[in-house]
Amino acid sequence: MIHFLEQVLNGLQLGFVYALIALGYTMVYGIIKLINFAHGDVFMVGAFLGYFGFTFWGLSLPSAVLLSMTLCAILGITIERIAYRPLRYAPRIAALISALGVSLFLEYFSSLKFVFGPNFRVVSRPITESRWDLFGLEITNIQVLIMVVVILLLVGLQFLVYRTKIGTAMRTVSFDHDAARLMGINVDNVISFTFGIGSALAAAGGVLFAIAYPQIHPFMGIMPGLKAFTAAVLGGIGIIPGAVLGSLIMGQVEILTAAFISSQLRDAIAFAILILVLLIRPSGILGKTGPEKV
Amino acid sequence: MRQGSKVLLVMLVALLALSLVVTGCGQKKEEPKAQTPAPAPAPAEKVIKIGFVGPLTGDVKTFGESTRNGFLLAIEQAGGKVGEYKIVHSIADDRNDVAEAVNVATKLVSQDKVQAIVGSVTSKATIPISEIAQANKVVQISSTATNPKVTFDAGKRKDFIFRACFIDPFQGYVGAKFAIEELKAKTAAVLYDQGNDYTKGLAEVFKTNFEKMGGKVVAYEAYQQQDVDFSAVLTNIAKMNIDVLYLPDYYQKVSLIGKQAREKGIKAPFLGGDGWDSSELDFKTMEGGYFTNHYSPDDPRPEVKAWVETYKAKYGSVPDALATLCYDATKLLLNAIEKAGTNDPTKIKEAMQATKDFKAVSGSLSFDEFGNPIKAAAILQIKDGKQVFITTVNP
Amino acid sequence: MKEIIKNTISNKKLGQTLNFLFIALLFYVLIKFLSASGTLNMYWQRVLDQALITTVGALGLSLIYGFTGQFSLGHAAFFGLGAYTAGFLTKLLGYGGFGHLFMVMILGAAIAALVSMLIGIPILRLRSDYLGIATLGFGIIVKVGMDNSDRLHPILGGATGMTGVAQVATFDLIFVVFVLSILLVRNFITSAYGRACVAIREDEIAADVMGINTTRCKSLAFIIGCALAGLAGTLFAHRYPLLHPTSFDFLKSFDFLLIVVIGGLGSMSGTVAVAICWVFLLEGLRFVLGQDFVDWRGVIYALILIITILLRPQGLFGGKELKLLVPQTTVKNLPGKEGTHASLRS
Repeated sequence: MIHFLEQVLNGLQLGFVYALIALGYTMVYGIIKLINFAHGDVFMVGAFLGYFGFTFWGLSLPSAVLLSMTLCAILGITIERIAYRPLRYAPRIAALISALGVSLFLEYFSSLKFVFGPNFRVVSRPITESRWDLFGLEITNIQVLIMVVVILLLVGLQFLVYRTKIGTAMRTVSFDHDAARLMGINVDNVISFTFGIGSALAAAGGVLFAIAYPQIHPFMGIMPGLKAFTAAVLGGIGIIPGAVLGSLIMGQVEILTAAFISSQLRDAIAFAILILVLLIRPSGILGKTGPEKV
Repeated sequence: MRQGSKVLLVMLVALLALSLVVTGCGQKKEEPKAQTPAPAPAPAEKVIKIGFVGPLTGDVKTFGESTRNGFLLAIEQAGGKVGEYKIVHSIADDRNDVAEAVNVATKLVSQDKVQAIVGSVTSKATIPISEIAQANKVVQISSTATNPKVTFDAGKRKDFIFRACFIDPFQGYVGAKFAIEELKAKTAAVLYDQGNDYTKGLAEVFKTNFEKMGGKVVAYEAYQQQDVDFSAVLTNIAKMNIDVLYLPDYYQKVSLIGKQAREKGIKAPFLGGDGWDSSELDFKTMEGGYFTNHYSPDDPRPEVKAWVETYKAKYGSVPDALATLCYDATKLLLNAIEKAGTNDPTKIKEAMQATKDFKAVSGSLSFDEFGNPIKAAAILQIKDGKQVFITTVNP
Repeated sequence: MKEIIKNTISNKKLGQTLNFLFIALLFYVLIKFLSASGTLNMYWQRVLDQALITTVGALGLSLIYGFTGQFSLGHAAFFGLGAYTAGFLTKLLGYGGFGHLFMVMILGAAIAALVSMLIGIPILRLRSDYLGIATLGFGIIVKVGMDNSDRLHPILGGATGMTGVAQVATFDLIFVVFVLSILLVRNFITSAYGRACVAIREDEIAADVMGINTTRCKSLAFIIGCALAGLAGTLFAHRYPLLHPTSFDFLKSFDFLLIVVIGGLGSMSGTVAVAICWVFLLEGLRFVLGQDFVDWRGVIYALILIITILLRPQGLFGGKELKLLVPQTTVKNLPGKEGTHASLRS
């Protein structure tokens, strides 16, 4: 039993890490219905910046995270300005292809020697690890850190979206661009703001990821990005608690499959479950079902 | 419309006939070409063309770069000349992709008309290249492709293809032997990347030999190249009380796995292969671990010293296994060209096959009948943040 | 199918078809002439072959996504299924001449079609991005299956790939398949089914109300599209000496997707032109950049991709067709816009 719980804990850690990425995905999707494939790569840039911050620039962990979040927010806003805004009224798939292009650009550009370089870097953790014994279960401070950060972000985002003016504006824009504009909302600014927030979340996720799995390289964003996005869809994309819920399920499925069924099949089973859930609830677990708007 | 289509139909038939004639001619012309793919250049200046293929973009770019460094350094050291031939090299990228590897190998063979190819890094890219090189009778030497199918497939030896690295069976065997005899291990766990020939091969051979020598492999688990979370499997392994954890992968992955293994409370020593050899290995985590390698950087042999120093002077870091092996591969090729005294690939291939006790950085080596090097393995230990030489195992 | 063929003959398309075949033959003769004279060396021949194989696969996705609007991110999986089926059969039975190759190709396409039917029936109910994610997931499942295929049969090679498939797909064969695929897709999209598919893409509910059996049409387009991917895969298996699971992973599906989108949704000519250009672009960059800037290849490629889509968000052809490939039908071809459920301004 304790063994099973240990595995559940492993799954929780992985799930919370996915949640860090999935939150940013779901924010952007909620507003402009764009699968922002570049999100995983912003996450990578965030991890690198945080790593540089606390390894080479002598920053403390919180200031490294803040720096990384700020720079990535700027990066996200820039990407939106250059690559997505001109396509705002084009078919949605055009923006998706543009996102693919940005994703490839970030990967290949940062693997050039004078940028981040192609090598795999070992991250030496800026915090010393300690463990707590909890009725025979071992919990590390890193696991706790990640869980606390995710829960704070979740609460913060819910507050931002439902309790602030900009949040109201965001919800309006996500509902109907034109109506929002008629109501006097500056749609461009709201979208920029969303990208900034989403990218900052990705950066925070990247730094924590680099601490939890202490190794980074320019192509590290692809798989976690894909899994996190899948998790967001599983929970109901565009819905903030859905992203966290989907991520936790995804983490559990992967870990429990690897632990008790087969480590080779973990991805297959995770995605098979995704397909099954979608068949039963076509808009994700927390997604609103019902006839589509014509 | 009807009239028009009838006219078209007639023209179609005529064209079809014409095309048959043309293709007939084409085929006749093509055949002799395939047999003499690399005509000797004009005698004014004797030139040997060598191509290099490696993953210079994409997710294993870092391996490609090390390998390219080794290649370029070897050519530079030769003064750009071998015997009386001037070396012209062309460097190409395969992005670690099958289709690109095929394209690029065909380009080197038919467009750049090279007589020899050095590369590629992974077995996945090297196997297709070896098929092209063999079919066009161009010598190929891969620095790090460990899959036996590179030089020998479907019961046929591809006689133009060689490699500079160990094949999997030897290293896995040495690892298993060391675990049983020196570490007195009775139980072992093995983790390998199922999509990578190198680590899969080592894992399989280790398992077979370890069990043959009386040990027991209690956990034999696979992961994917992109995986970063091994906690599930490692938690299971931590319960099993193992004597040794065999991690036959490249330095970056074993560093990651090693760290998580220690966190899960696995105390057993780590054991691995030559993929560990890099200054980027997480020495702190891997402290106390052993790995099989071609050579040790503190080996007193002059070849090793000279190589490490030249590399440091040129690129500012200690060479990793990939750079070293590619340097050796290029040197082996140049040596064979010099011995053959010609740029005829068939002669070069024969000279290559006849290589005996060549003093390479990674040891004194000869080729076996399958184009695999016969050389001793060194066992090194990670101790106090350094690689320390333990022992040599002869084949 | 019968109807499609009947349509073709009766609708005075014969002239168009002959016209097309004539040009195709001209092209074929030109290529043969160039390769006989040595201008077109083995390398460019290979690149051309790759371009044609890619086109056949991309045509399949064009049918599924470009014309029917079913967002699929798992196209490479069907490509891989075809390749593995064909490779397995050829290796198991040994290459036995052209008849064998023909049968293997049919079987490869049939397996891809069968699997697409089985998976399509449940998941084609999903819409838009959810369908995309479901197909993406299916693609990953297939890849994991390929990774573990050696447990099924050792010939399949598992995660380290399958070697030793007879390399018998010549340019002639690839070209014939290429021409036939174009004709097949053309006939499909100009048939009643094709028009129904376009209607589904534009508005599924309206199409349903108009009496179109949407499930049937969507499935048909999906199955034909996946069969084309499988067919392309069978050619791949006999043209490339190593079948490796990573050659068919989700990143490859994205390649097909971007070809179809940049060509222009609902434009077969666009798909054909862009598929060919795309392959030549990737190879051409080697020459443009030379040895010293080889590291930049991925960066430049990404930039070209972004700039192209920014300049032509509706795709290079934007729903238009070359008269040569697709004759003008009574119904004017609509530019490929997505259905209401997918549009931003709903």
